[in-house]
Amino acid sequence: MTVQSWTFLLVSASFALYIGIAIWTRAGSTKEFYIAGGGVSPLANGMATAADWMSAASFISMAGLISFMGYDGSVYLMGWTGGYVLLALLLAPYLRKFGAFTVPDFVGDRYYSQTARIVAVICAIFVSFTYVSGQMRGVGIVFSRFLEVDVEVGVYIGMAIVFFYAGLGGMKGITYTQVAQYCVLIFAYMVPAIYLSIMITGNPIPQLGFGGVDPETGVALLEGLNGLHEQLGFAAYTSGTKSTLDVFFITAALMVGTAGLPHVIIRFYTVPRVRDARISVGWALIFIALLYTTAPAIAVFARTNLLHSVSELPYSEAPAWFTNWEATGLLAHNDLNGDGLIQYTGPDSPIANELTVDRDIMVLANPEISGLPAWVVGLVAAGGLAAALSTAAGLLLVVSSAVSHDLLKRSLWPEITERNELIAARLAAGAAVVVAGYLGIHPPGFVAEVVAFAFGLAASSFFPVIILGIFSKRTTREGAILGMVLGITFTAAYIVWFKFVHPEMNSAEHWWFGISPEGIGTLGMLLNFAVTIVVSRFTPAPPAEVQALVDSIRVPRGTGEAHEISA
Amino acid sequence: MADSNDPSARPSGTDPETQERHAEYWRRNLRYLAGLLVVWFVASFGFGIILAEPLNNFTIPGTGFPLGFWFAQQGSIYVFVVLIFVYVKIMNDLDVEFGVDEGGEA
Repeated sequence: MTVQSWTFLLVSASFALYIGIAIWTRAGSTKEFYIAGGGVSPLANGMATAADWMSAASFISMAGLISFMGYDGSVYLMGWTGGYVLLALLLAPYLRKFGAFTVPDFVGDRYYSQTARIVAVICAIFVSFTYVSGQMRGVGIVFSRFLEVDVEVGVYIGMAIVFFYAGLGGMKGITYTQVAQYCVLIFAYMVPAIYLSIMITGNPIPQLGFGGVDPETGVALLEGLNGLHEQLGFAAYTSGTKSTLDVFFITAALMVGTAGLPHVIIRFYTVPRVRDARISVGWALIFIALLYTTAPAIAVFARTNLLHSVSELPYSEAPAWFTNWEATGLLAHNDLNGDGLIQYTGPDSPIANELTVDRDIMVLANPEISGLPAWVVGLVAAGGLAAALSTAAGLLLVVSSAVSHDLLKRSLWPEITERNELIAARLAAGAAVVVAGYLGIHPPGFVAEVVAFAFGLAASSFFPVIILGIFSKRTTREGAILGMVLGITFTAAYIVWFKFVHPEMNSAEHWWFGISPEGIGTLGMLLNFAVTIVVSRFTPAPPAEVQALVDSIRVPRGTGEAHEISA
Repeated sequence: MADSNDPSARPSGTDPETQERHAEYWRRNLRYLAGLLVVWFVASFGFGIILAEPLNNFTIPGTGFPLGFWFAQQGSIYVFVVLIFVYVKIMNDLDVEFGVDEGGEA
């Protein structure tokens, strides 16, 4: 069978599975729709969190980015895993004890304020849409390359599938489809990684393999790669080019953003007890670490392969995968010196731009570059779609519950019936899918780049007010509202300024303190902390019942089912 | 009055003894958090970023990994996983010690 028929077969089979699960797990109540009824086991929740979390950025883009960035790519590896430590230690158990449906629920009740609730709703929707547009672009790339349909058609198919199971099943449907999607995506990620590791290093464990030696030359793989980089005029692979300060800030923004992303936080409302919330973060991180420790190995294998297979190759002899990807426009060769050979060289060379490779394609192209069997290529396509769809569904649920629960039920229309609230939730999910699809067809940037901004926004809005809400009883609504507004506005303004208004000035000499737009969320977060703490000092202390609420959040005993606490 | 006889119904009970017990539980919790977060910071920001360049002068014996690079792309992640499981263990024990655990039935 050809690559295309394998892809078609595996993608359709996985879609049929998701739809089957969606029909089996229809949501009958708002509680099932928002938090899957609150009875998910910690292990299943860990797996669902891992799929919720690992998006098209993790699956499709990350190894490719690391492959091009070398050491600098560590920001993604540490940033997107280290946040789970913060989540486990500082957020998940307390939020589970609080027991709400959404993140704005917590903000509104803890800060005894409708204004705080509305600000949180706006932040949640803003963050989630930024993130979801990256997912839809991922869906489009997979479809356009492997099934040879237009990117738009691919996005429409993805929208229909997501709407079907998120709209029908809500959190309950999403949870169990995410468990299935995790299995698909991790299998699809590990198979080619193990194949490559055996082919290149003779060691079946990729995590160890990329520290091994090249059996042909007897030189350590990383050392060989550093040598090759030097020869072609790139910076050493294991050192990178970013400043230490910038690496620090980007990593911190991604970590804190992870802990502040609403679609991740709400997953911990779905387990029965505080202790389940704690252990379930641990499971989630194990499942995530499996992919995250494999990604840097794939990056090294892919880099070595690319440099060996195309450098100085006559263009007329370019392999089939090369011409296939050229057709999508994501890979291009421009013979600058007219010698008919493909040169791939560092940024200082006069022929630096002969070969341009879109970073988003490395994981998808890798099996073909290495000549793996056709079914592996198809499997990778199905895995990429699983990653993108599972995350998109989680994000759409945040948007839909922000509208139907926080905006309608808790703010504008408190007497809405259960049945109408459920209808509103489904309608909101439908509207959110349409907006997400539009953003997928007109994407504002690279997948991982767009996603990185969502983290900055989450870091600078939610993280500080949730932490202070739990750890400092003195934090007041005035402090929290001002902190959120200033934090997210500052961060968004810095990103928009350098990325969209003045992209030509987007370089280290113009950045504040040398901090790139990707890392500015850390500064936004510090600003939010400072503003919230200072303003809280000068405003009246929170009422006694809110202080009692904080006391009860801090102690596990007495976890009720998720319920609504009157503000 | 009925509520005060059932400690699980009023976790933030108002009697001074319970309050003091909960306050001590919270102080112990904060101490654990501080210790774990120091490890978290050292393994990632410390070894993986600030000290990465000097550590890269050493290679892990038997492999081709420069040490700082390994911490940034592998070691820190393993440390994170271990940290969370250590946290789960010590907090579950602490809950039992202070009688604020949720029991096996709920």
